[in-house]
Amino acid sequence: MPDLLLELFSEEIPARMQARAAEDMRKLVTDRLVDAGLVYEGAKAFATPRRLALTVHGIPLRQPDLKEERKGPKVGAPEQAIAGFLRAAGLTSIDQAKVQSDKKGDFYVAVTEKKGRPAIDVIAEIVPEVVRAFPWPKSMRWGSGRLNWVRPLHSIVATFGPETEEPEIVPFTIDGIAAGNQTRGHRFMAPTAFTVRHFDDYAAKLQDAKVVLDPARRAEMISTDAKNLAFAQGFELVEDEGLLAEVSGLVEWPVVLMGAFDRAFLSIPNEVIRATIRNNQKCFVLRDPQTAKLVNKFILVANEEASDDGKAIVAGNERVIRARLSDAKFFYETDLKTRLEVRLPKFEQIVFHEKLGTQEQRISRIVALAGQLAPLVGADVAKAERAAQLCKADLLTEVVGEFPELQGLMGRYYAEAQNEDEAIAHACEDHYKPKGPDDLVPSDPISVAVALADKIDTLVGFWAIDDKPTGSKDPYALRRAALGVIRIILDNNLPLAPRGVVEWHFEHQFKKQYLDVASAIDNLMVFFEDRLTVQLRDQRARHDLVDSVLSNASLVEGHRLTLIVCRIEALGKFLDTDDGKNLLAGVKRASNIIRIEEKKDKREYTGAPNPALYKQDEEMALAEAIAVAKRDASTAVAKEDFAAVMTAMAKLRPFVDTFFDKVTVNVDDKALRENRLKLLNEIREATRAVADFSRIEG
Amino acid sequence: MRPQRSFQGLILALQRYWADRGCVILQPYDMEVGAGTFHPATTLRVLGPRPWNAAYVQPSRRPKDGRYGENPNRLQHYYQLQVILKPSPEDLQELYLKSLYAIGIDPKLHDIRFVEDDWESPTLGAWGLGWECWCDGMEVSQFTYFQQVAGFECAPVSGELTYGLERLAMYVQGVENVFELNFNGRDGAQKVTYGDIFLQAEQEYSRHNFEYADTAMLFEQFKMAEAACRKYLEAGWNGERTRHALALPAYDQCIKASHVFNLLDARGVISVTERQSYILRVRELAKACGEAWLATEGGGAA
Repeated sequence: MPDLLLELFSEEIPARMQARAAEDMRKLVTDRLVDAGLVYEGAKAFATPRRLALTVHGIPLRQPDLKEERKGPKVGAPEQAIAGFLRAAGLTSIDQAKVQSDKKGDFYVAVTEKKGRPAIDVIAEIVPEVVRAFPWPKSMRWGSGRLNWVRPLHSIVATFGPETEEPEIVPFTIDGIAAGNQTRGHRFMAPTAFTVRHFDDYAAKLQDAKVVLDPARRAEMISTDAKNLAFAQGFELVEDEGLLAEVSGLVEWPVVLMGAFDRAFLSIPNEVIRATIRNNQKCFVLRDPQTAKLVNKFILVANEEASDDGKAIVAGNERVIRARLSDAKFFYETDLKTRLEVRLPKFEQIVFHEKLGTQEQRISRIVALAGQLAPLVGADVAKAERAAQLCKADLLTEVVGEFPELQGLMGRYYAEAQNEDEAIAHACEDHYKPKGPDDLVPSDPISVAVALADKIDTLVGFWAIDDKPTGSKDPYALRRAALGVIRIILDNNLPLAPRGVVEWHFEHQFKKQYLDVASAIDNLMVFFEDRLTVQLRDQRARHDLVDSVLSNASLVEGHRLTLIVCRIEALGKFLDTDDGKNLLAGVKRASNIIRIEEKKDKREYTGAPNPALYKQDEEMALAEAIAVAKRDASTAVAKEDFAAVMTAMAKLRPFVDTFFDKVTVNVDDKALRENRLKLLNEIREATRAVADFSRIEG
Repeated sequence: MRPQRSFQGLILALQRYWADRGCVILQPYDMEVGAGTFHPATTLRVLGPRPWNAAYVQPSRRPKDGRYGENPNRLQHYYQLQVILKPSPEDLQELYLKSLYAIGIDPKLHDIRFVEDDWESPTLGAWGLGWECWCDGMEVSQFTYFQQVAGFECAPVSGELTYGLERLAMYVQGVENVFELNFNGRDGAQKVTYGDIFLQAEQEYSRHNFEYADTAMLFEQFKMAEAACRKYLEAGWNGERTRHALALPAYDQCIKASHVFNLLDARGVISVTERQSYILRVRELAKACGEAWLATEGGGAA
């Protein structure tokens, strides 16, 4: 079966768009093929800076023929109806229709056959449509044309045919560009056009013309060569997936070279050197495997084998990197001349958010909250406040202005340089943490206080102005902030109830702005609970256990986060034991009976049962056991000893089992029946000390 | 006058190269602008249907970039060489690469790359797609296909090439400090450096831009330029608003307002929120000027 080869040859496609574009092209073309009845065997797409290429193999030569039956009027129907039917079915005479019969009698059927078209003609229609509507993130026009493409499109290869034969050119033209079988190689090393046939031929000829078509292979070549070059000199490559992907999209023929810079620049913080070399020059840095410190070398990836083996290229890159590092050094040294606190008044001029005031106002809120939180997290109040005061100051430094991703880290360096307390310096960096699910959670009390204050201020602020995340829109990363709060509290086992903290902050900072504070806080607590649920689910906690505990001890009601998690853990362990499983079964059975009877009788069976009405020993025993379990459980809850709560619950189990064995609930004596239903309800009530068992599955 | 030997040799080589390819070689516009794009030969000529090929050097002023002559790479006054080709020719990339060859950059020896860089000018209501052109890791030019200018779609599309002349000259001369560039290509006592000509100016203008520029006067000048621009725009229209007779003088005032704003910005007297509104005011002028230009003969009006 024939194969399709397609290449769209253009001016340089932005590196960040290439992978997605190749995938889009594969999907759009093959989906359309399948829609047209052309089921193919396989497809693969590639991208280089100058081309998108697609190979689809095993396409049938023709579309299958389609047979269509259209039911018409009854035989002997009025002439008008028959004429209408003929028109609709595209027949010229009723003789062309077949007659079929069903239980209502004979009727006409028009059978039309749609012949399948040659695949090449179908492809000639599909490709131009895909090209014209291609989903580039940004596209443009050029010259006097009207076509939109990511950058000017110069030529198109489109061949179709069986592997063993000379393929045909798929006949189409897009805005004056006719599909053909000619392409070009590397811009400088092999600029002459050449003819290609099938994909294998195409890929091999490109390789000869100094183009590595497959981006994965280019990345692998770069990575291997870079590591080898580094290793040969006793260094280690600082690996960087994002940079590797980008650089692979900037070259068709990767040539890896090593350059050096003056050792004196190593006095700049390593992160600043790396950011300078990476962001501005798209080069890799190297480190000494012994010390893990950067060395004065870098790896660059050129796009050609130069006639002097790259000497001029290396020299040029070294010059640029020298100039960039001089700038960085100048920025860094300039920054060191100004103490962080001296920068603070400038924040009065910088708006944090239109409705949430200036950065200066935000910082003073964080200071207040960090001071409030400090005693609760074991931090020195004055230090926590100082850290909060300074933690954003590096945003005004030259280095962070140049490399925003170094915020926090530079704050730490500058704080250290001005001899701040070590914990304060670390808080400048660590208060942003955790930045994502894989990031570390701060543990030093000062960092913890500032990190919590920073995140909680953000959350409370946006809730106060009613600008909450909706659906996939979360421009201020509030979900991440809430999850950060949860992780900090849990990982550090802090005795904090989020509600209390949030209420305090609302009360002192935002009350005027929001009328219904209580419901805003309720809503924020539900948001926290949702994050908690997601977080625990990721840790493979059972969703139903989380639910059953939260419905009993929620953040909305002001419970402490750590205790909620302890409950969930204790409950999970308990339910893994026989006692737990049987008690759960008993509670569920009791709940079911009550639910059914309540529905039947249209009333509730709550309230204490009457001991005078107990008739059987088993009833009495159960009632006593419940009383004991309740008492022991509430003592244990007060001590926050959830294992003991479970032990108390476990003791109920034999009494519940025996009760169900020996006692009939639905007896004719109405008073007795009511009393027994109430006793069943007591089982349910007793277990509520831990969780709502009815929400537990199984 | 080899381009590798002198700053003026570089300029002459590029001008000759583009002259040989049919460009009109213009002289700089006689007003203070932030970039070559502001020259009416670009901003206005890219609008409308008429073909236009031009190249010119434009002194460009960025008051905020002044460093008192102490930074080897940053200047508040520098030169751009601007090439504008409308419609953008099919082989624009080739033409550009050959221009590099003409100044001594051989692509078989140097690593030349087109790295994504989308261009946008909020004050001109303009945007385009293109690249930074890298030579051995250094950005030597901007390459842009104009999609919209003054809020109007560009049809046909113009191709714009902007060479940062000082940087390019530093590269081909192998000099680390802009002030050490050889300007006239002579040696010994006859040698004139970039610093000989511009160092004092950088020092004085940095003082002016950051410390002394008369802000009261500048605020007033902004208002005056804005008002004059509006006045000329209004007066230029014919009764049916089909033809305009004052598009160029009106646009001069728009340029003026833009530069005055840059000075005020450098003096640090414009707050963050005000900044946005000033940019918007200049953009409104630019848009109205573009509209007026399209109603002139140069803009292709019938």
